[in-house]
Amino acid sequence: MHPKTREKLIATVVGWLAAGVIFFPIFWMILTSFKTEVEAIATPPKLFFTPTLENYVTVRERADYVHFALNSVLISVGATLLATLIAIPASYAMAFFPGKRTKDLLLWMLSTKMMPAVGVLIPIYLLFRDSGAIDTRWGLILVYTLMNLPIVVWMLYTFFKEVPKDILEAGRMDGAKPKQEVWMLLMPLSLPGIASTALLSIILCWNEAFWSLNLTTSQAAPLTTFIASFSAPEGLFWAKLSAASTIAIAPILVFGWMSQRQLVRGLTFGAVK
Amino acid sequence: MATVTLKGIQKNYGAVQVIKGVDLSIDDREFCVFVGPSGCGKSTLLRMIAGLEEITSGELLIDGQRVNDVPPSERGLAMVFQSYALYPHMSVADNMGFSLRLAGASKEERRSKVAEAARILHLDNLLERKPKELSGGQRQRVAIGRAIVRKPKVFLFDEPLSNLDAALRVQMRIELARLHDELAATMIYVTHDQVEAMTMADKIVVLQGGVIEQAGTPLELYHHPRNLFVAGFIGSPKMNFLPATVTAVQETGTTVRLASGASIAVPVRPGPQRAGDTVTLGVRPEHMRLAQEGEISGEVMVVERLGGETFLYTRLPDGAMLIIQADGEIPTNVHEIVRVKLDPVTCHLFDTDGFAMERIQRHPLANLRRLPTRKAS
Repeated sequence: MHPKTREKLIATVVGWLAAGVIFFPIFWMILTSFKTEVEAIATPPKLFFTPTLENYVTVRERADYVHFALNSVLISVGATLLATLIAIPASYAMAFFPGKRTKDLLLWMLSTKMMPAVGVLIPIYLLFRDSGAIDTRWGLILVYTLMNLPIVVWMLYTFFKEVPKDILEAGRMDGAKPKQEVWMLLMPLSLPGIASTALLSIILCWNEAFWSLNLTTSQAAPLTTFIASFSAPEGLFWAKLSAASTIAIAPILVFGWMSQRQLVRGLTFGAVK
Repeated sequence: MATVTLKGIQKNYGAVQVIKGVDLSIDDREFCVFVGPSGCGKSTLLRMIAGLEEITSGELLIDGQRVNDVPPSERGLAMVFQSYALYPHMSVADNMGFSLRLAGASKEERRSKVAEAARILHLDNLLERKPKELSGGQRQRVAIGRAIVRKPKVFLFDEPLSNLDAALRVQMRIELARLHDELAATMIYVTHDQVEAMTMADKIVVLQGGVIEQAGTPLELYHHPRNLFVAGFIGSPKMNFLPATVTAVQETGTTVRLASGASIAVPVRPGPQRAGDTVTLGVRPEHMRLAQEGEISGEVMVVERLGGETFLYTRLPDGAMLIIQADGEIPTNVHEIVRVKLDPVTCHLFDTDGFAMERIQRHPLANLRRLPTRKAS
């Protein structure tokens, strides 16, 4: 075999293996959601069985899925909108009017993502308690906005850097004020970048569990809380938990699948030119 | 009417000074070209006039009004960028009408002004296209159209032709000259290409290291370069420089002896130079001719045949290189020994500091403007 062909073959096999490893838990969860509780905990695990929708029926009876899903949508989209709204002018300033410390500032913003969230749980919880933000959508939107702001600013900054400075300067010569420069030139030109940043932010919000579990109970609880409610006092019901998880991740999975091209472009931007 | 005056303009980036005090006045309807090697500060100077770079110190006056702190769009200027900087998401018509849209002009007014500019630039059929559907030359014209629509007092061009191929560049050069005539506007043009500068300018400003080396008409710079830098920069191929020693000084000129032993009486004032001083003799390749009785001889190392003319890169006995422009038909080949005759009237002398010694007679065309008459606006 030609060395180039062999290399390609190995790369393909490794790629598929990695994809398989990553996908397996999701596959297994979906499979489990169609088993009975007994089949779900059987050893050795059963690959072939008679599928049942019983778990889905129970899950629907026990909790109002639509309520949680709506919260997830509202909170994810709300936080993403707010973060993007704040990040656009910030990234514009950093990309086109950098100061001596702009790079440091960007790195510092990103470094806050390295901090474990639990480190600020107590102060945030107390702030939320005292301001009546616990179990409110706006409270969670606020936390998610702050949580995603560094990554949103960082990504938009990278996208904005790709817009030729000349075009904005031409706009300035034509009489565009900063707001018009951003709205009429920068935003249309970096729309794909803004879209993939927003997509990523929505996905991160949707999957977030730490803050939603700690700061919501029912009223503002998103789907992550909904899943967790199935692993509560009575013990673990694997099949039901799997069914709940499946319907919780289904929307974002479909959403991610549909926008994967946009997403991959966004995530690898700047890395591969 | 638009004059541009620069008084002691300086620009610092932190501790680095890139423009070191520029004084210049550009007349109404003048085509002024900033030329110089990369990094000489010509683009920075243009951007300072445009308002895209802050002026560290000095004064910028447009029509006598100080505009240092006036935002770019209110200075009455329009700029054409090297990259064209068209708005990729807008049609040609929208690109050209953007400034009017920002100024709140009605749709009808926008349409008629864009149509007028499109007519001047022959863009009528392309108005609905997006920039990516245009060729380089067409994009360039849209960029110019965008400037025309604003009816600016002064047009600024930042190396607008450097992204075009050679043929298109020549064509656009002619079009720009025509446009200058038709619009009767003041234009400031930045380029590193001295051919562009020579062919289009009323006034050339040669910059180096953030200072003006010389400003004047193209032929003034060609025939009366102020120093070695300007002499070498204007003209292609560049002027030859040969070391020489002053042997006699008279009212009618300065006589020098070259390394080859040849003696030439150049009609320049000796100034403080005395016999025995070392000077540099400058002679352009096109001002030498091959002749048996020539005073310099050398071995031809490279022959460049352009058809109409031939350039001979010749090594002199002292190792110096001499570029000679000869007729296209000469059969001379490499390693042949050639003799060249210098015409003293076309020779230049530079003192030890590199400054040109003053010519006794000014060249009759040195004050010639590119366009003898101008249309009144």
